[in-house]
Amino acid sequence: MIRFNQVYKRYPGGYEALKNLSFEIAEGEMVFLTGHSGAGKSTLLKLIAAIERPTTGSVLVKGQNIKSLKSAALPYLRRNLGLVFQDHKLLFDRSAFDNVMLPLQICGFDHRESAKRVRAALDKVGLLKREKANPIALSGGEQQRLCIARAIVNRPTILLADEPTGNLDSEYSNEIMSIFHSFHQVGVTLLIATHDESALQHFPGRALTLKHGELL
Amino acid sequence: MKNVLFQHGQVISIILQRLLQNPFASSLNIIVIGIALSLPIGGYVLLKNVQNLAHQLAGTPQISVFLATGTSPDEIARISKQLKEHSAIDRIEFVPRDLALKQLQVSTGLSDVVAGLTQNPLPDAFIIYPTALTSQQLELLRDDLKSWSKLEHVQLDSAWAHKLEALLKFGRLAVFILAALLSFALVAITFNTIRLQILTQREEIEVAKLIGATNGFIRRPFLYFGIIQGLFGGAAAWLIIAFSLLLLNISLSPLNQLYASSFSLQHLSINDSLTLLGFSTYLGWLGAWLSVSQHLWRIEPK
Repeated sequence: MIRFNQVYKRYPGGYEALKNLSFEIAEGEMVFLTGHSGAGKSTLLKLIAAIERPTTGSVLVKGQNIKSLKSAALPYLRRNLGLVFQDHKLLFDRSAFDNVMLPLQICGFDHRESAKRVRAALDKVGLLKREKANPIALSGGEQQRLCIARAIVNRPTILLADEPTGNLDSEYSNEIMSIFHSFHQVGVTLLIATHDESALQHFPGRALTLKHGELL
Repeated sequence: MKNVLFQHGQVISIILQRLLQNPFASSLNIIVIGIALSLPIGGYVLLKNVQNLAHQLAGTPQISVFLATGTSPDEIARISKQLKEHSAIDRIEFVPRDLALKQLQVSTGLSDVVAGLTQNPLPDAFIIYPTALTSQQLELLRDDLKSWSKLEHVQLDSAWAHKLEALLKFGRLAVFILAALLSFALVAITFNTIRLQILTQREEIEVAKLIGATNGFIRRPFLYFGIIQGLFGGAAAWLIIAFSLLLLNISLSPLNQLYASSFSLQHLSINDSLTLLGFSTYLGWLGAWLSVSQHLWRIEPK
């Protein structure tokens, strides 16, 4: 599903964020990406979502090489990915419902079908009753769950999460990890970057550990 | 297909809502566009009206014939008779030199100058109303009259129409230049409005790109905004012109009574109105498109 082949990522100025990464994630796998902050976890996720391109080496996502991907093909790659951000990236000018609606609007879904899907996604993360609320009125944990609802409403095959529990206490963290685990059970490929080691003990899944941009 | 239509309809309704959310700012923008467009279009309307008027007036041509000084009354009577019998002449009017001098005194206010003259320098004259109307026939008649003895100067009074035509040509060029400049201004206004919108919606654009929005999807609302703003601006220009013409026509009515004429300024024809709306819509789209292609590609998610 995702394959890295001798990937280097160098930023202008000479800083090497990732060094010689090679690994593979199979379909339906749940993988934790761990390491201290600054180890290159976010950069690695950005390479998969084609937000950044590798300096050398190849990144294959569903058989497509990110490096040679034309910018016109990029949106269609991203529609297969669900992205969960540490800072949520929610839009505060619209309701929770409309935030989750956005990916379906982008794909041009039928309006009535979309509304059903949005409610299903909100239900899955336990926010159905807050659909009319503005995201700004939600707690940190609820905002994170809303972000997850937006990431899954399009039924992506791959879900990438960057520190999804970064700002949350352990109770909320467990809740969110349980949600991720339920996606794993229905066959979604998950890659979760986290520095929270406890999640690794509670949930099954392989761990990839980064240190100074290298895989341990 | 239905979905695509629904999406476009949704974008339009979002934009109308956005315009209504800031009624003051939106209407200011639309009014500025309206004023910018109404100047050249208003000039065009006035030119068209002057042209119509010129055609009406040029429809009753006259020929002025000035007699040689010292022509005797007998000779004048003979010429008058000959003119009346001429087949191409409808009727004539004799203007004796003394009357002409008096008219000059009264109408030009040169009474001091005229009073200082020791003798009347003006000739006797005939004003001829021909039956023929085409310029070719008129010129034939003029050449015929020129060959007569004692007729010193024959002047065809449609020459002023040619002068007016030249002047109108000049006016049209001026209107065209004005239109070109103000169209540029309109594009610039839209360009800037859209630029500000893109900046304020930077976050939304970034998120949309992350979620898999195509450039077309992101561009669409901005292009529609330009189109709608241009259309409303064109409508504003139309209203400004309509209102101005109404005012001008009201102020023309006492003049009409004085001159017993029924002249009134004509409004833009349906074709011209549609062209105006189409053109302003196009300019709005152009400004938006330029702005979007300048600014949108710089916003990439990080």
